[in-house]
Amino acid sequence: MTVGTPKYRELGLTDSEYELIVEKLGREPNDVELAMFSLLWSEHCAYKHSRKLLGRLPTEGERVVMGPGENAGAVDVGSGYAVAFKVESHNHPSAVEPFQGAATGVGGIMRDVFAIGARPIALLDSLRFGELDSVRSRHLLDGAVRGIGHYGNSIGVATVGGEIYFEEPYEHNCLVNAMCIGFAKIEGMVRAAAAGPGNSIVLMGASTGRDGIGGASVLASAELGEGDEAKRPTVQIGDPFEESKLLECCLELLEKGLLVSLQDLGAAGLTSSAGEMASAGGVGIDIEVAAVPLREADMEPFEIMVSESQERMLAVVEPARVEEVRAICEKWQTGSAVIGTVTEGGQIRILREGDVVGEMPVEALVDGCPLYDLDPAEPSGWIYGNRETLAAGASPEEELLSLLGAPSIASKRWAFEQYDSIVGSRTVRRPEQADAAVLQLPEAGNAIAVSIDGNGRRVACDPYEGTIEAVLECAQNLACVGAEPLGLTNCLNFGNPEKPAGAWQLDRAVSGLADACNALGVPVVGGNVSLYNEGPDGPIYPTPVVAMVGELPDPAQVAGDAFVRAGDAIGLIGPFEPSLAGSELAKQRGGLKMGLPRPDVAAAIAACETVRDAIRAGKLSSAHDVSDGGLAVALAESAIAGGIGCDVNIEHLRERGAQPEEALFGEGPGGFVVSGNRATLEELGAVLLGEVGGDAVKIGAGDRSLTVSLAEAERAWRSLDLA
Amino acid sequence: MAQVKARVLIRPKEGILDPQGKAVERALPALGFEGIEHVHVGRMVELEAESPERLAELCEKLLANTLIEDYEIQTL
Amino acid sequence: MIWGVLQFPGSCDERDALRACEIHGDGARLVWHEDRDLDGVDGVVVPGGFSYGDYLRAGAIARFSPAMEAVAEAAAGGMPVLGICNGFQVLCEAGLLPGALLRNVELRFRCHQVELTEEGTGERLSIPAKHGEGRYYAPEEMLDQLETNGQVAYRYADGHNSNGSVRDIAGVTNERGNVLGLMPHPEHAVDPLTGSTDGLRVFERMSRGEFANHGLTKSPRA
Repeated sequence: MTVGTPKYRELGLTDSEYELIVEKLGREPNDVELAMFSLLWSEHCAYKHSRKLLGRLPTEGERVVMGPGENAGAVDVGSGYAVAFKVESHNHPSAVEPFQGAATGVGGIMRDVFAIGARPIALLDSLRFGELDSVRSRHLLDGAVRGIGHYGNSIGVATVGGEIYFEEPYEHNCLVNAMCIGFAKIEGMVRAAAAGPGNSIVLMGASTGRDGIGGASVLASAELGEGDEAKRPTVQIGDPFEESKLLECCLELLEKGLLVSLQDLGAAGLTSSAGEMASAGGVGIDIEVAAVPLREADMEPFEIMVSESQERMLAVVEPARVEEVRAICEKWQTGSAVIGTVTEGGQIRILREGDVVGEMPVEALVDGCPLYDLDPAEPSGWIYGNRETLAAGASPEEELLSLLGAPSIASKRWAFEQYDSIVGSRTVRRPEQADAAVLQLPEAGNAIAVSIDGNGRRVACDPYEGTIEAVLECAQNLACVGAEPLGLTNCLNFGNPEKPAGAWQLDRAVSGLADACNALGVPVVGGNVSLYNEGPDGPIYPTPVVAMVGELPDPAQVAGDAFVRAGDAIGLIGPFEPSLAGSELAKQRGGLKMGLPRPDVAAAIAACETVRDAIRAGKLSSAHDVSDGGLAVALAESAIAGGIGCDVNIEHLRERGAQPEEALFGEGPGGFVVSGNRATLEELGAVLLGEVGGDAVKIGAGDRSLTVSLAEAERAWRSLDLA
Repeated sequence: MAQVKARVLIRPKEGILDPQGKAVERALPALGFEGIEHVHVGRMVELEAESPERLAELCEKLLANTLIEDYEIQTL
Repeated sequence: MIWGVLQFPGSCDERDALRACEIHGDGARLVWHEDRDLDGVDGVVVPGGFSYGDYLRAGAIARFSPAMEAVAEAAAGGMPVLGICNGFQVLCEAGLLPGALLRNVELRFRCHQVELTEEGTGERLSIPAKHGEGRYYAPEEMLDQLETNGQVAYRYADGHNSNGSVRDIAGVTNERGNVLGLMPHPEHAVDPLTGSTDGLRVFERMSRGEFANHGLTKSPRA
């Protein structure tokens, strides 16, 4: 601790924020109160630089059952059922300890979903690391994938999809965004708002230790000596077995109607959980720290209040029902303790053996944090580097193989085979069987599809258009399996919003997200923001990760992305105005710069509807959207997946203005590669390209024509099958 | 009541393929450790018992799978 | 036929097993690990998952549960018992099946579709496997005995043994043939919407006691 620096500054509060706290309390805060304010007024909890922007997002719709503000969002899927979902980041912990960071990220997002009474049925993960020639990035990738597998597999929730990108700007700030999908009867769902002064606050699950306290350690009353770091661990350790028991316990408690409300404990532990429950309910809360089951002796009150020990939930229970609640916790071998009471008067009070050791108005703690305006300014040019990895003068074959083998594009089989993608018997399309994961809902008589997408590099080229593209890509992926989007969740991973360029990226991206959602008519039902992802070399690519859940009526009519039979015609549906701007090819040539063409949003949406309806009617053998790597890669991927080649000519696409190279490898939303009966494709308005057949990927493209054997294409595409 | 503190070491039986041990052994040279071989990875259980009488039985029945593992009890 | 599907803290695939039994056309109910009551149950499924978190060793703690004690008794009396994945591990730990399951030779959990060959009939099945500790092991003399007795029920087809199981063994029975342990998951191959339906054959043969007809057909590997 630097002599002379006030404690509040060490805890991350500014001078004016501290003065505001003093004003709201009418006095200086003590250590317990300071710890609590410093956490709830942090960017992570208070969204002080993003809250004003998030107001632009559309959040309402007929199918919305729960929207932003609750533990997770939820949409109505018919027959009295809802699907809950949310995505959250766990970036900084994963950069420190990737296995546990990713594992606890998965654990945390699952708790958000079962906190509203939905049984988790699927997980997806969106990951970003530096390039694979970095030992550090390989270590982070390996750890994160193992951590996700460890947690998801052990608890028995299928990991059905995701994405992994490798880009230099993520080298010092990896991204680990975890998404969970849950299923519930609408009438059984529960909100977080605490209610009923006199009701008991029950803490369930694991005991409380010093996990995650690191940052607040300046408040320790004992002097920290050498070897004392062990006493203040920053890394949270996850226990999926504990969560499995807690999950079953909570769902049984909710089913029996024993809980008034339920909230999970995540960032800032008891402080945020209790604070948010009280705030939502307009009530106060008393917490007795001596009643909290501890894993370590002699923990101080502030430690107990900010601990981020995992696998804990907070419930409000009527006093008469507490014994029943505890008996069910006992049955499931999970801990429970009454640690407080709901009160009137809107104060949150922390007691130790009856003495008040901290007290503040709930409103000041949870909603009193000032919200800041951004000061955006467009940067004058490309602020990220460029690295040439593909020799100039490469042949079109070499270019295709280089793109197929690019870690961001190559098959992620090495990763997804470490995940149980089938437990629960709902998985109709497993990873890499189609453009979206598909889960059957026999209870509701239909099915849902999920996709998670976001290309940070393209968003860096143009944060507004790039974010619109991400939303469109997500919708396209759903259309490929016949699904109509019902709702969207997002995780905004950005750099420092206090810097003008970072502010500009965030501001433009949120506008893009809002405009795209409005154009599609899809509400945002929840999400997460992670800022300050910057390293010594600068910020990460602005990375709005977007995930959508859609519904489809018949899981037997879903098709896939693979070509099915020789003789099927191949066609292109949708707007096709490819450009090399922001593309993987431009990256490999070291030619990335600002600027993306404006997508034809209306045409892209129309194409989604066409493909969706055609899939539902069983009219197509395959559907695959054109995205990373462009049309040539999309064709090759469908060929590899089907184990059968293709013979196409795309020269007539040049009538739309595309140069051969742009037509082959240009990226941009709106296009679908489909296959099926020739007459059917014509009826659907597809531009015919050629035929399925043979054992090579043959693309006629004028002076950039290429032929690559299927075997060679597949070898390139499997470049990530790491030992 | 005197407590016996014991540490049980459980290791894979000789002759059984130990891929974990092999993987560790293979990784060592790259980390700058030469001349290390016969690496085996096992488990360690620490406990306090009122009497040492049934420790062997505990090992045989629960702590080790004697088909594939050997164990060693160290009283501390 | 009514199947009893055991449920431990940490079981994952018990509901999938219930569903598979029902799709197969039988009744099924969950049996809580603390219950000894197998009343009305004609056969038992010990399901997949991570019972007790796989702590200590996979299956090591579950095998001591009251339900497993009841299952051991029933098995001794000839009741059909099917152990899948973690269930196979539990049955080996309990001594109801020979051998042990070790960590995959690749040291990674792997979820993928595998092809099995059925001993005796040569039938080929496509079934998903998803485990991190599925490498079957038994000492050589024990293996020879298993082969002679016809206790090897399923093997991984050529090129499909990714966990390093000795002699490509994917599933074994006890001497009597009423207890079967299988590492891949037949309960996940019963619905055309989610994949192959070859798993139904395993339930079919279990309910007909067909694994007890071994010993008459020598395994080609012996």
